[in-house]
Amino acid sequence: MADTEKIIEIQVLRYRPEQDKEPVLQSYKVPFTDDMSVLQGLQYIKDFLDGTVSFRWSCRMAICGSCGMMIDGKPKLSCKTFLREYYPQGLRVEALAHIPIERDLVVSVEDFVTKLESIKPYIIPKEPRTLEQGEYLQTPQQRDMYEQFSSCINCMLCYAACPQYGLNPKFTGPGVLALLHRYNADSRDGGQEERLNSLGHTDEGYWGCTAVAYCSEVCPKGVDPANAINQNKMNSAINFFTRFVTPGGAGK
Amino acid sequence: MSNRRPYVRSMDGWWKRDAYFVSYMVREVTALFVAAYAVVLLVGLVRLGQGEAAFNHWLQYLKNGWMLAFHLVVLAVFCYHTWSWFKIMPKTMPIMFVGGKRVQPGTITGTGLAASVIACLAVLFIVRGMSQ
Repeated sequence: MADTEKIIEIQVLRYRPEQDKEPVLQSYKVPFTDDMSVLQGLQYIKDFLDGTVSFRWSCRMAICGSCGMMIDGKPKLSCKTFLREYYPQGLRVEALAHIPIERDLVVSVEDFVTKLESIKPYIIPKEPRTLEQGEYLQTPQQRDMYEQFSSCINCMLCYAACPQYGLNPKFTGPGVLALLHRYNADSRDGGQEERLNSLGHTDEGYWGCTAVAYCSEVCPKGVDPANAINQNKMNSAINFFTRFVTPGGAGK
Repeated sequence: MSNRRPYVRSMDGWWKRDAYFVSYMVREVTALFVAAYAVVLLVGLVRLGQGEAAFNHWLQYLKNGWMLAFHLVVLAVFCYHTWSWFKIMPKTMPIMFVGGKRVQPGTITGTGLAASVIACLAVLFIVRGMSQ
């Protein structure tokens, strides 16, 4: 038996670059059941009420990282957030904060992807090994040093939670810096110097973070970017002072 | 030709947008009170250098109503400052293991708070012991 149908008001921040000077709110009345996510609410709007509403989605189960948006002002995955939590008062959905809006709920991912590529997000082996030499071994504890940081799904909720990124988009931001740490903290990796010399010790790297730590709060995967960034500041500070006294250090 | 016209939203008043940001700003503002109290102590040090009479005059000044009220406000702010400091501390620590188990954030915060309480009490007893 179907649940009794309820109606909820969803306000969507619209931005159609060909006609809107700036984003405007548009309201829709959506019938819903208790098992419906906010994403399903938007899909109902697109299918039955207004085909022009644009948003990204793919997996519907919090693993693809496509459907992040501001839901009542909080960065959330819309597939993992339920309409029933906002009944009867209704809800407002907006494109992820701090990131330029392309159209409606779709944001520009260019900046994120460029930064992600720049940190070499792959293992740079410490020592080349042949197939005959076998795999790179790692203890469970060595794995624990990076495992949580490898859970990132690139959903950019942490960027929408980071005022420092909003104020200065040159700051690499929580997600990419967490991935930078993920590879640096991997015992099989030998690329730390390459990654850090270009970025880590600057305001665009670790030092752009002021430990607001909201990124860790909103992360749907428990990555804890604030920890990934701030645990590096001590080493970064030591590096800053010792490079002047290490032979050849300051030139690096 | 591209019809793209990405819209960048303003950051004006960003910290009022979310309660989380407000509490962050409160944490940051407490640093100003710490600085203000450091100035009070520095003035005391300068007065000490000027001799016993000057120092006693400074001590007397601290006992007026306004300064007592200021101290109460600063005490409350310091308590919040200490709590917020140790609350963020787990974010600044590398992942640690004790006896094969990962040290939890609550343990780091609790240890820091306990250490600061013990340090405060130790200072209090030492000063009391010296003044008697």
